[in-house]
Amino acid sequence: MDELMLVFRQTYLEESFEGLAAMESNLLTLPEGTPNTEVVNTIFRAAHSMKGGAGTFGFAELIHLTHILETLLDEMRSGKRNVTTENRETLLESVDVLRIILTAYQNAEPIEMTRVKSMEVKLEAILGGSAADITAAAAAEKPEIIGYDIHLSPSDDYFESGIDLIKLLHELGRTKGIKNTIINTRLNSDKALQIEHCVLAFDVQVEGSVELEQIQEVFEWLDSDNCHVSITPITLQATAKEVVSSGTAGASSSEASKTAATATAAPQQQESSIRVSISKIDQMVDMVGELVIAQSMLSRFGALADQLNATWADELKEGLLDIERHTRAMQESVMSIRMMPISFAFNRMPRIVHDVSGKLEKEIELVMEGENTEVDKTVLEKLTDPLVHIIRNSVDHGIEKPDVREANGKPRKGTVRLSAFHAGGNIVIQIKDNGAGIRLDKVRQKAIDVGVLLEGQVVSEKEIIDLIFHAGFSTADVVTDVSGRGVGMDVVRRNIRELGGTIEVQTEQGKGSVFTIRLPLTLAILDGQLAKVGDETYIFPLASIVESVLPAPDHIKSVKGNYLYRLRDVYIPIVRLNEFFNRPNGKTELTAGLLVVVENGDKRFGVFVDTLESQQQVVIKSLDTNYRKVNGISGATIMGDGRVAMILDLTELSQEID
Amino acid sequence: MAKKILAVDDSKSMRQMVAMTLKSAGFDVTEAEDGVDALSKANSAQFDLVLTDINMPNMGGIELTSKLRAMGSYALTPIICLTTESSDDMKGKGKAAGATGWIVKPFSPEKLLATINRVL
Repeated sequence: MDELMLVFRQTYLEESFEGLAAMESNLLTLPEGTPNTEVVNTIFRAAHSMKGGAGTFGFAELIHLTHILETLLDEMRSGKRNVTTENRETLLESVDVLRIILTAYQNAEPIEMTRVKSMEVKLEAILGGSAADITAAAAAEKPEIIGYDIHLSPSDDYFESGIDLIKLLHELGRTKGIKNTIINTRLNSDKALQIEHCVLAFDVQVEGSVELEQIQEVFEWLDSDNCHVSITPITLQATAKEVVSSGTAGASSSEASKTAATATAAPQQQESSIRVSISKIDQMVDMVGELVIAQSMLSRFGALADQLNATWADELKEGLLDIERHTRAMQESVMSIRMMPISFAFNRMPRIVHDVSGKLEKEIELVMEGENTEVDKTVLEKLTDPLVHIIRNSVDHGIEKPDVREANGKPRKGTVRLSAFHAGGNIVIQIKDNGAGIRLDKVRQKAIDVGVLLEGQVVSEKEIIDLIFHAGFSTADVVTDVSGRGVGMDVVRRNIRELGGTIEVQTEQGKGSVFTIRLPLTLAILDGQLAKVGDETYIFPLASIVESVLPAPDHIKSVKGNYLYRLRDVYIPIVRLNEFFNRPNGKTELTAGLLVVVENGDKRFGVFVDTLESQQQVVIKSLDTNYRKVNGISGATIMGDGRVAMILDLTELSQEID
Repeated sequence: MAKKILAVDDSKSMRQMVAMTLKSAGFDVTEAEDGVDALSKANSAQFDLVLTDINMPNMGGIELTSKLRAMGSYALTPIICLTTESSDDMKGKGKAAGATGWIVKPFSPEKLLATINRVL
């Protein structure tokens, strides 16, 4: 196959996956009964373009399935078929099958034809038994169009457009389905006749059952500047007349009815976009990273010029400030290219809640907030699985069955609230349910059973909750196929940690649980606080610093060889960087250096360093790929003076004190 | 005498499809592979209609259209753009440059002839 075709195929696959997501989310909002035309139309379009490309790009297995799907959706779209629970579920199922086929294509794997065939049979069965679904009401709602009233009113200088109206009218007459065309010509001007002015207007009546689009197409080249066009369908019930297009011929059909139809659907903003390969963007991110480094190298000369008392020092500093500001702005906008709304991950959730709650016979409402919060694409991709897992858990373990809820004085319908928002330098995602909460006694018993905890061991509530992140943990009485066989929460936490994030759980017996995930805004650039230990420079993520203090001797306590510091009324553990990284020339006396108080997840501790230096943005370079993994270090960066500094991994540092 | 049409497209397959359709309908067709080629051919002969692709190397259809309009002999000649996007933006640009109309790709031979009939 030639290379171009491969590119086409890849684009087609990407489009189709997006199409499937659109189909899915719209199917889920599709109410039963007389179809919501606009929603069905969106679903139809996705199926339609999938079918269109399937033939062209040689995806033979898709053609028949998408064809039946399209036929079925077309019947709904034209009001010939109602939406029932049954056919909606079948449509959702066919989305799954399509996804399987496309994934197989993408991975060059064989396609499970038996599933495809059985899906085709299922859809055809619905199509075959269509008669029962057609309601008289639906038929009456959409009156049959028997013709159109068309008014053409050219402007004075119409002839300059070069389009012959008479020829357009001939084309109209030749349009398939039009039986008769009656043209009335009238004078359209009360001014004196001039040879180069168009003074005629046309009132045309066509008879025949034709789609509005076909009529509009004939006049598509005319615009309101050179010719006013209005097209009115003539229906059997003359009272239902509706002006659908005036001003421009190409205008879409009635906007008013459209808005009414979409009012129930979620308002999704459409922005025009282009497709760019990720590697190009990453290259750009990298280049901007280098630019940031170069800029910070330059900025040192501002201070240098001051020291030299140079006459041009001020101008230089001003210029450097400009560069800094613009570099920062550029960096932000480049980073924002990588950002995608979290809705890409959220969109899968309604389906999951729908399926799982159906299977478990629970009544659950999923509320989503902040879908437009933007996250780095890489974060987004790695976030979906953990989210799915937590949501499944909430539905399976969290929310009780309707009868149980009622007995406990709660509404029958449980709520799972999924929200995303920015807080500080982080993106916070919360999954909150008003279910039963985590049964701490059960978790405790389970921990004892699997030998993580000893009988009678005293542990705090928080530590018990933490046990759910332990590998091999599931407290559901019966393992269902819905939520884990105990391979879940540990993986969830690991995934989130890999993204530089944290996860916390709060739970209240009988009231519900809240899972809070905190993630960094971006993975490539960090606002850093530079610190010195001996002759080495280390970088703290600025967002995690709470404060820094000069240790007072009477606040330092030693417990079994571990040092604690009394920060106001709380004792916090201390991690000494000089010991952790074995820097013998760093300060050893606590009172001689500085204590940087940091917060990581729900842990607060002090990090002992010699001194603090400037704050600056640093570009994170992976140490793993360039060297090897070093405990306590999450990455490295190149400083303004060309030296390499290490970025601290606070999660790993905090494990030191556990 | 048969009407003369200049068909401009960088895609050989598309050009051949257009030329074949037009020739079979009795038009006299000249092919050009980009805006520059088209401009030199339009200089040496007078065409009754120009059909041009938008996206082409060297000189695109929009630039070609405005250059042709600037030549006195093509001020009133119908120019139709072949566009892959049905986006209003593209149509607007074409119109602004002086194009008479557009056809959205892909189109059938019948559709092409019907559209040309609007101006010839």
